[in-house]
Amino acid sequence: MTACDEVVEALRSEWSGLSVSAFRDQVRITVPRDALYGVLARLKHSHGFDFLTDITCVDYLRYAGASDRFMVVYMLTDTRGNRRITVKVPLNEPDLALPTVVPLWEAANWLEREVWDMMGIVFRGHPDLRRILLPEAFTAHPQRKDYPLQGRGERHHFPVIQRGEA
Amino acid sequence: MASTAYESDPAAGETERDFVWTLNFGPQHPATHTTLRILLKLDGERVVGADPDIGYLHSGFEKIGEHLDYNQYVAVTDRMNYISPMANNVAWHHAVETLLGIDLTPRCKYIRVIVSELARISDHLLATGATALDVGAFTFFLYAFHARERIYDIFESLCGARFTTSYTRVGGLMHDITPVTIEKIRAFLAGFPETLADMERLLNRNRIFVERTRGIGVLSKAEAVNRGASGPVARASGVTRDLRKDEPYLAYADLDFRVCCATAGDCFARYLVRMAEMRESLRIVAQAVENIPAGPINAGPGARIALPDKEQVHQSIEGLITHFELLMGNRGFTGPCDEAYGAVESPNGELGFYLVGDGSHVAYRARCRPPSFIHFALFPHLIVGHTLSDLVAVLGSLNIIAAELDR
Repeated sequence: MTACDEVVEALRSEWSGLSVSAFRDQVRITVPRDALYGVLARLKHSHGFDFLTDITCVDYLRYAGASDRFMVVYMLTDTRGNRRITVKVPLNEPDLALPTVVPLWEAANWLEREVWDMMGIVFRGHPDLRRILLPEAFTAHPQRKDYPLQGRGERHHFPVIQRGEA
Repeated sequence: MASTAYESDPAAGETERDFVWTLNFGPQHPATHTTLRILLKLDGERVVGADPDIGYLHSGFEKIGEHLDYNQYVAVTDRMNYISPMANNVAWHHAVETLLGIDLTPRCKYIRVIVSELARISDHLLATGATALDVGAFTFFLYAFHARERIYDIFESLCGARFTTSYTRVGGLMHDITPVTIEKIRAFLAGFPETLADMERLLNRNRIFVERTRGIGVLSKAEAVNRGASGPVARASGVTRDLRKDEPYLAYADLDFRVCCATAGDCFARYLVRMAEMRESLRIVAQAVENIPAGPINAGPGARIALPDKEQVHQSIEGLITHFELLMGNRGFTGPCDEAYGAVESPNGELGFYLVGDGSHVAYRARCRPPSFIHFALFPHLIVGHTLSDLVAVLGSLNIIAAELDR
């Protein structure tokens, strides 16, 4: 906790509009989209958060009291100092685009592809932003809350390949 | 070198493309072990490009996690990394308990450590065994699978299932450990070191195996960190990170063990790290099984999270209330409206869950950080420049489990 306090102070002196919260000893910083790349680069280069644990996205469509539709979550780890920090960035339709962080961490390549595939967040500047788990012909982003668990009948949109023509 | 004969001659109007051919590896192939596909670009036998195509086993586990409650979803985690389902069960409920802020009983912590480490041994046996099988060492594989059967026997007597264990519960466990299971674990602890020594004698100085794996698929330390590698893959590259030491969860702080690392970063180093970790896991199990604290396995009725045992239900009003509160369809327990990330050192690396709670007993979002997914992203980086036959060695040493890869 105390290890992350000075990181938070340093970031706050440089960027405005950061909001910080903590839960179960996990520090989360919510940053505006314009500051995202700068904050992550600063965390990596100046504060030693060298390991990108995960990138994920949460759709708050049906979450009580939520003000933003999407929140993209970057989880960073300092492998030498053994600290963790979470950076979150809110996004709202129609502009669901973020700068890619592949120049900072190569690990972001597939993680961003999965977020695009499942949630439909576009990462500008990504070297290879294709769907990763679903087929290219898929049109929806099924991890969103307005996509039902059952009943969409996606399989029927794909042609059936008979044995003879395969 | 034979490869020079295939180099293009620009003067004759030849381009590199004339010599590059495409090979479709998978999705059904014995050496992929599960269903994944790699589009390979080859110059003769040398790999010049690899494009993994995954998703064949995508089953929407994260979507299902938004519809099943915290106890039900453990059955889905069994199917994630099905080589070590116990480790997934522990990882899932570790994350849930981090979100809910539950303290486990000491007995529960020790039993979870035992099953996690047995799962680690069983996972490493398969990872090393399958690598050896793919590069031609069949005997080693049989030794590994024979030992895995003993671990399955232990799990069977512990929870009734050999494979899909679903052993953990929020705030506790499905059953307490019995003396019969403890005897089986002791018998395994007594017999397995000799098997492990036999296995090491089979491969550690086996010239064919060493030449097939040493210097193949080298991952440097800086690349390992930058590309998100964790677990044995990162430790074989010299990253000294192990969540059991760095963020001690369960009872790991009480137990004496070492973090096994190597510096070479190649397939052989990953094999050696896994073999060394099995010895350390044996030490952990040996310490834990002789020091299991007495007491209940579930968080008490006060926490109103885990089902109380029958004695409490019949003899105390708190137990009775808790029993009905948890079992009535319109009740159940409540959680916080907040988000938390909980990770454990699974056999394959850091397995974590990012959970968003909305106050109910069902996760609003259950993101899984799958180590296989992140390790498979390394694959094109590791294989380019090597020959086609090295592909199976690299793939085996990363221990890609497609059910966890695609979820």
